[in-house]
Amino acid sequence: MRKFVDLHLYLKEGVDQSKEILSKAAELGYHFVGVAPPPNAKQEEIQYLWNLSKAEGLDLITRVDLTPKKPKELLLDLRRLRRRFEVICVHCTSKAIARQAAKDRRVDLLSFSPTDPRRRFFDSAEAELASKSLAALEIDMAPLLILTGFKRIYLLSHLKREVFIAKKFGVPIVLSSGASENYLMRNPRDYAALTYLFGMNQESALCSISDEPLRIIERNRKKLSANYVAPGVYIVRRKGDCYDV
Amino acid sequence: MLRRLRRRYIAIKVECEQPPPKNTIIDSIWKSLLQLFGEYGASQTDLKFIEYNPKERFMILRCSHDALNLVKTSISMITKIDDSKAALHIVYVSGTLKTLLKRITPLKG
Repeated sequence: MRKFVDLHLYLKEGVDQSKEILSKAAELGYHFVGVAPPPNAKQEEIQYLWNLSKAEGLDLITRVDLTPKKPKELLLDLRRLRRRFEVICVHCTSKAIARQAAKDRRVDLLSFSPTDPRRRFFDSAEAELASKSLAALEIDMAPLLILTGFKRIYLLSHLKREVFIAKKFGVPIVLSSGASENYLMRNPRDYAALTYLFGMNQESALCSISDEPLRIIERNRKKLSANYVAPGVYIVRRKGDCYDV
Repeated sequence: MLRRLRRRYIAIKVECEQPPPKNTIIDSIWKSLLQLFGEYGASQTDLKFIEYNPKERFMILRCSHDALNLVKTSISMITKIDDSKAALHIVYVSGTLKTLLKRITPLKG
């Protein structure tokens, strides 16, 4: 059975609102939810969110959304935050940042502005860089629901082009809700239906909302675990001989 | 011999503060269809209202099989019904009304 993942939920401040959104996510059939606590969040706050999600039967994924102004700032942020969060998403506001983020293996998700077509830098060069590293293209569905008229038309046409480029270069696509309230959340199959508007088929859309984000989560959880040493190297047992292993 | 027209029945759960009247929901769905796919696209759907239960907030529509993706997309895109926030969730799609009713009965209430 597929496990659905919503990697981008905005939780409002306040217990009741957070609980409402998390229970809605559980009701709609999600198993994992990604939430971005502030980068300076204390461990107690993250633990509190984790407990709230567990009460709803959800597995919480901690993520951080970086919006650097320069590539150097991105590198500093990645060095500081990579070991603290399970998923790192970079909002690319310039071409230089988009290129740097696509090249860096510490970046999990690439995200672009939904309202400004001039700030969408996912082209063939970007896709080629992303295909060699571990970055995936994140598509938030909430702007599709909120925008109307020409803004939505531009967004859809850009998404169609980007999905085509991502498929051509083998860059994974991750669909997220980007929702900040209940009425913007949809069940995974509804999101798969919405991708019809920008040229994804049902099967690949369902993969983008289940298998692809799960792959990112499993990879990063392994890396962040205490047993990780280096790529492909893990501590299996401590103390005693290894003959019995 | 002409092929029979294939149809699909869609069960929708209406999420809204107050249960809206049937005509308002149907108007919203048509408006979304027209906005996304225009008059030609809307004409291909062969959309028909079957049933609505405002207490349980379940609605059943019928559309043509070929236009199922269009209808599903239009339904999912709705964020407002009559100026109040709403969401329509597609619960089940079936080829026959009988199977659809059998599957959604445990989900109601």
